[in-house]
Amino acid sequence: MTNLTPASAPTVADAADTLTPTTGPTGRPARAGWRMLLPSMTPWLALGLVLVVGITLFGIIAVYLVGDPKQIRDQGLTPPSAQFLLGTTQTGQDVLAQLAHATRGSLQIGVLVGILTTALSAFFGIYGAYRGGIVDEAFSLLSNVFLVIPGLPLVIVISGFVPRESRGVWTIVVVLALTSWAASARVLRAQTLSVRNRDYVAASKVAGEKPWRVIVVEILPNLLPVIASQFVFAVIAAILGEAGLAFIGLGASNSATLGTMLFYAQNGYALSLGAWWWFVPPGLIIALFGMGLSLVNFSIDEIINPKLRNLRRHRRRARQVARTQRGPARRRTDAPGAGSPGANLSEESPR
Amino acid sequence: MSYFLRKLGFYAVALWAALTLNFAIPRLLPGDPVDILLAKLQQRGGTVSPETREAYALLLGGDDTGPLWSQYLDYLKNLARGDLGVSVSYYPAKVSDVILSSLPWTVVLVGVATVLAALLGVLLGAVVGWRPGTWLDSLVPATTLLAAIPYFWLALILTYLLARVLGWLPLQGGYDVALTPGWNTPFILSAVRYATLPALTIVLASVGGWLLGMRNMMVSTLSEDYVLTAEAKGLSPRKIRRSYAARNAVLPSVAGFAISLGFVVSGSVITEQVFSYPGIGGRLLGAVTNNDYALMQGVFLFITLAVLGANLIVDLLYGLIDPRTRARH
Repeated sequence: MTNLTPASAPTVADAADTLTPTTGPTGRPARAGWRMLLPSMTPWLALGLVLVVGITLFGIIAVYLVGDPKQIRDQGLTPPSAQFLLGTTQTGQDVLAQLAHATRGSLQIGVLVGILTTALSAFFGIYGAYRGGIVDEAFSLLSNVFLVIPGLPLVIVISGFVPRESRGVWTIVVVLALTSWAASARVLRAQTLSVRNRDYVAASKVAGEKPWRVIVVEILPNLLPVIASQFVFAVIAAILGEAGLAFIGLGASNSATLGTMLFYAQNGYALSLGAWWWFVPPGLIIALFGMGLSLVNFSIDEIINPKLRNLRRHRRRARQVARTQRGPARRRTDAPGAGSPGANLSEESPR
Repeated sequence: MSYFLRKLGFYAVALWAALTLNFAIPRLLPGDPVDILLAKLQQRGGTVSPETREAYALLLGGDDTGPLWSQYLDYLKNLARGDLGVSVSYYPAKVSDVILSSLPWTVVLVGVATVLAALLGVLLGAVVGWRPGTWLDSLVPATTLLAAIPYFWLALILTYLLARVLGWLPLQGGYDVALTPGWNTPFILSAVRYATLPALTIVLASVGGWLLGMRNMMVSTLSEDYVLTAEAKGLSPRKIRRSYAARNAVLPSVAGFAISLGFVVSGSVITEQVFSYPGIGGRLLGAVTNNDYALMQGVFLFITLAVLGANLIVDLLYGLIDPRTRARH
């Protein structure tokens, strides 16, 4: 997430504005080659990207724009006002400032866990399936066992045993990654098994390629969309998992995440005091970010499963036929030839 | 038959792995749980005899009375007898008693809520997936919002709206404390009333996933040849939807039910915390805050056991429902 460093410091709304025009290309010619691997733009994907990029930018940039999140004032529990856009906590801390820092913390943990989980699942899933035999059996058994052992209780028990002082961000990251790689590994194993027996893989083996090269060059590219989708889900799961842990007071010490915000809100009786501005925004950010990532994933799904994409094209064609039969009065930009994938922004247009 | 044996074997291995994990975790991690536990015990007025110390050390490590493997064997022996130690936070109650007293709350709450969510999601998913491209279908991505909402935050919001602002449902707890627990009508009615809000949370948070899974399977099933054949035979759309498409599309949802159970139990752990519900999740968190390691491990083992058992049952049933799974192995 640190590779996104825009020169100016726009707000979330600006980010959304600059993003929107680029997300709405209509009437592009049919794509070929590697571009088939890129998802085609739909309103839902555009919304997803706006949410993800907007919240990421908020986490990166807003930290520098807001004041000290820990500063205590004598204006406790004030509702949102011009001075404090999201009101204050019980001890008069600025909720917006806390939200900015917490968003950054949550995103960091999400991305770290996402990378670690993806690496673990790729190793156990792809390498095991490629090697086959006893290694495959062992890895597959391991991931199946981890799949059925309930993750969160395990995480809670592990975090409970680690003393509070030594419970840093990395502890949480490792624990979350260790308990969440199994499902992805199982999917990757199945995919690898089907790729492994294709002719070109056999050919490169016969040609004397080293195992790591066969895996990275011949097998991995086939699995990239699946891995991308798994990474996205791993990030969502990690942010949710960390928020849950932090909410029950088992988060990393000295960390500020959306979960710890909710923890303090709950323990500061935000609920019974009616301070909705304190506990609504953190959860909303998590939910919207998760929704954004899921929407992006929908588009990745269409690459993995071309059936879904064909379905969308059929659907659009059927709708166009219906529309032309109804008469050209309410026809929109889509000319008769607009069956190309680029034109599908009109697909979800208001009926 | 070998399918069932294989499944039984797998769950035996999984159970052993869980037990071993439970044994290894406190020994691998930093900290000295036995001393903390014994200090707590003394605060509560318990007497710390050498036997007590040894029993805890067996459970949590930190004592070097014997080699690791003999500790491991003794630990397994104690578990086989159902001896999970004495809870510190509920002293002098035994861990197993504390768990058993809170178990019915969670089983009923999570069980009912999960079944409701699954039924609702699968039914809706079948309807939505049957007609891809209608306005209903374009709403499907919106369910991702539901799926991405943290359980406990949804619980907070619902509590705020339904309990605090509108005052329809009680804020927290498992039953009206003025009543005596038992099988009498007022108590059961109050328990149902108190469970409504947590159950609603679980249903709302998990229904989206069911809907999505069923809808996607339904869409892929529609392009199967047997659906086309059924249409060609002139069967009514309702019959095709029910007996041809939905029946086949529901299979992954059945398998998913077992896996989701683990997630639901996990999610409900935190949901119970929000509602101060007297279930097993609340006990687990109470144990964590009170450093009641014995209870913590006991609850973890119990949850794992329950999830493993449910998975086993679903797996065995699945073998019966879908003969293909048996044939492939």
